[in-house]
Amino acid sequence: MAESKTPLLDELETGKWPSFVKEMKQAAEKNPMARDLLDQLELSYKDKIGHWKHGGIVGVKGYGSGVIGRYSDRPDLFPNVQAFHTLRVNHPTGWFYKTDALRNLCDVWDKHGSGLTNMHGSTGDAILLGTRTEHLQSCFDDLSDAGFDLGGSGSALRTPSACVGPGRCEWACIDSLDVCYNITMSYQDKIHRPMFPYKFKIKVAACSNDCVASIARSDLSIIGTWKGDIQIDQNEVLAYAPTIDIQKEVCDLCPTRCMEWNGKELKIYNEDCNRCMHCINLMPKALRPGKEKGATILIGGKAPILQGALLSWVIVPFMKLEPPYTELKDLIERIQDWWDENAKSRERLGELIKRLGMRVFLRAVGLPAVPQMVKAPRTNPYVFFWPEEIKKEVK
Amino acid sequence: MPQIELAGKTYEVDEDGFLQELDKWNEEFAQAYAHTEDIDGTLTEEHWKIINYLRNYFQQFGIAPMVRKVCKDNGIDMKKLYELFPTGPAKGACKLAGLSKPTGCV
Repeated sequence: MAESKTPLLDELETGKWPSFVKEMKQAAEKNPMARDLLDQLELSYKDKIGHWKHGGIVGVKGYGSGVIGRYSDRPDLFPNVQAFHTLRVNHPTGWFYKTDALRNLCDVWDKHGSGLTNMHGSTGDAILLGTRTEHLQSCFDDLSDAGFDLGGSGSALRTPSACVGPGRCEWACIDSLDVCYNITMSYQDKIHRPMFPYKFKIKVAACSNDCVASIARSDLSIIGTWKGDIQIDQNEVLAYAPTIDIQKEVCDLCPTRCMEWNGKELKIYNEDCNRCMHCINLMPKALRPGKEKGATILIGGKAPILQGALLSWVIVPFMKLEPPYTELKDLIERIQDWWDENAKSRERLGELIKRLGMRVFLRAVGLPAVPQMVKAPRTNPYVFFWPEEIKKEVK
Repeated sequence: MPQIELAGKTYEVDEDGFLQELDKWNEEFAQAYAHTEDIDGTLTEEHWKIINYLRNYFQQFGIAPMVRKVCKDNGIDMKKLYELFPTGPAKGACKLAGLSKPTGCV
């Protein structure tokens, strides 16, 4: 048997977890790009550095985003990955596919690219990994014929994504799938043609379990919630009593301690509930979100570069979300206009708000300041006043 | 580095076709190169306005201007910008204007 060209990678074919090396080897049987990719990766394992060149600007006609250009820094050794561009394909919301859609996607990609994919990229797109510049336009044309469009990249609105929501979750407080799809279709121009100071991401979670991690990974997080009382089915609570220690595991772990359990009846003081989902998560048959549903809108989430990582924070405690989502879209547009006008190059929304202050932001987008926006009031006394507020006081 | 020949002269460019020796830029370069960015025929006055604006800004500040600034300062919108440069302001316009390649999380 011939000696393996990829001894380091071969190690990763052992073990229980599905092996990406196996997948790549399968693809390599059909496609020389996948073969060269394996070999270049082996070299990277050996050298402990990446072998891709810096940057790459390629695209398709009419769009400024959606394709990430990539070139090998060893085209002499791996000519088939000299150019190895990535196409981001906008995924169906909630990642629900029928097999014919996936077959179409595979047919297009077998024809134009390496056959390798990433299902899916962290933002949500179906990622087609590796093709040449001359294939980009024809690949895009075939994708369009198959009903797919590209997603976002660069300083644009990135592909919005959502949790499976009411598709198959009883806790969904909003139709996260519809909100996400509606936003995607409304802002096609902003996705395809980068016009912002930097990237902007929107994610929609239908309840505060936040199964798309919107609070951490989007500039604008839409998280479903409710007003009013949690719906309780006392008989179902009783049915849980033999299997879980309701006092210890539910009541004592409630962050606001707003629950009482006397062995027969569960009581919730809803005015103190912060809708953390814990009790509902533990007793899904007995407890349900309240009937008046909507979403909390949060803003500013981002990774560390430049000024430190941020989780999104509340700007609208409760908003009703029903098609055509006029209130939400008005707010999004006011926010983006203000950001676009005021941000420095490559300044995320969260950083701009940190720089100019919440009071400037809130005034610009027309939102009232409410206590839910802060965890605690400021501890220092360096308070600014608007000039007109001072005049009022003096009079 | 790949080389390309345009209007009888040779230029060094990178894989994406961006000019490497920025001081070699001239109007013939832009014109002869335009068809690769899906611009048919002669560059119009509107094209030149954007190209010259980009060059001036780059010379003055050492970076390409933000898209909003390009639109504002030239009194056009994004749609018009893509009509003029179908491959977009970064890949199309900056390349013809002989600016260095846009970088970052593209």
